[in-house]
Amino acid sequence: MIMELLDKIFNREGKNTSRTVARDRLKMVLAYDRTDVSPKMMAKMREELLEVVGRYFELEPDALEVQFDREGSSTALIANIPIRRVKVDVDVDQPVITEEP
Amino acid sequence: MSGQVLVITSGKGGVGKTTTTANIGMALAALGHSVALIDADFGLRNLDLLLGLENRIVYTILDVLNGECRLEQALVRDKRQPKLALLPAAQTRDKNAITPEQTKGLTAQLAENFDYVLVDCPAGIEQGFKNAIAGAQRAIVVTTPELSAVRDADRVIGLLEAAGLKDAELIVNRLRPQMVKDNNMMSVEDVMEILAIKLLGVVPEDEKVIITTNRGEPLVLSETPPPAGQAFLNIARRLSGETVALLNLEVAPPSFMDRLLTLFRRTN
Repeated sequence: MIMELLDKIFNREGKNTSRTVARDRLKMVLAYDRTDVSPKMMAKMREELLEVVGRYFELEPDALEVQFDREGSSTALIANIPIRRVKVDVDVDQPVITEEP
Repeated sequence: MSGQVLVITSGKGGVGKTTTTANIGMALAALGHSVALIDADFGLRNLDLLLGLENRIVYTILDVLNGECRLEQALVRDKRQPKLALLPAAQTRDKNAITPEQTKGLTAQLAENFDYVLVDCPAGIEQGFKNAIAGAQRAIVVTTPELSAVRDADRVIGLLEAAGLKDAELIVNRLRPQMVKDNNMMSVEDVMEILAIKLLGVVPEDEKVIITTNRGEPLVLSETPPPAGQAFLNIARRLSGETVALLNLEVAPPSFMDRLLTLFRRTN
């Protein structure tokens, strides 16, 4: 109660108010709606993203969050992939494998 | 095992169907039941936003029906409440993209694995409504104590009856006790007298609903749920067969702390 009161007094234009959270979430979900990417393509991209990052880090299963952010006319893809730990047995000297089309 | 399929409907938009679905779903899960929520509002999905699951959607109902993925793959599991899963609506297609028969099949399939399947019905009484009620065994009608909402609720109750859902239960949402006390708002008794169906619960108007919705965290997740959250928790308990008295919504005089807070009130 006291903390809430202090927040109310000092955190007038705070960054993490429910108002700014709402605005930011809405922007992101609209950016995604407007991209009109097919669910199939998104699913494939998520799978491959997890596969690549999973080579280097042990990942939280099922925790990938993908969102789009829009700033003016440009759109950014933001992926949030919680990791458990770095894999120690990664051979970093191996040449990068690029798939032939 | 076979769970219950419930549809949450209202006729009128903006009375709190989706908020109700999100909170009752969370509350049922908190009571230990497994719950699947279906967003039946094709083209205008929002249940994902209210649950804070919008960034975890991969597939939608439509992908399941088109055989693009398995039902299990389309379900978004909630990390805060693992007993809750969401089946998202397709955002790119309209209400005519599916048929009542398809909904029936889908809800039956979900009921095999979940204790409760809650269908969030779109506003209106057209195709989307018909799709949403198709697989339901129980119906919840949400209304507010306003003329247009109660009128539309009455119409919906009639349509539900015609479709074989004869025992619809009512939630009176966004009640403002002070206004009722001042005789400036219809009371729960007034609404009950007009609609004459079983009362499932009364939810007071609460600013906290806006704040928690902003964050995508349903009210009932708070450690000390505010009155509206408590009301949703009670509704969930009634749904699962318990007898719980209605919340006391008598207007209390403002406490010293309340008055102090209003002095410092800022938008939060």
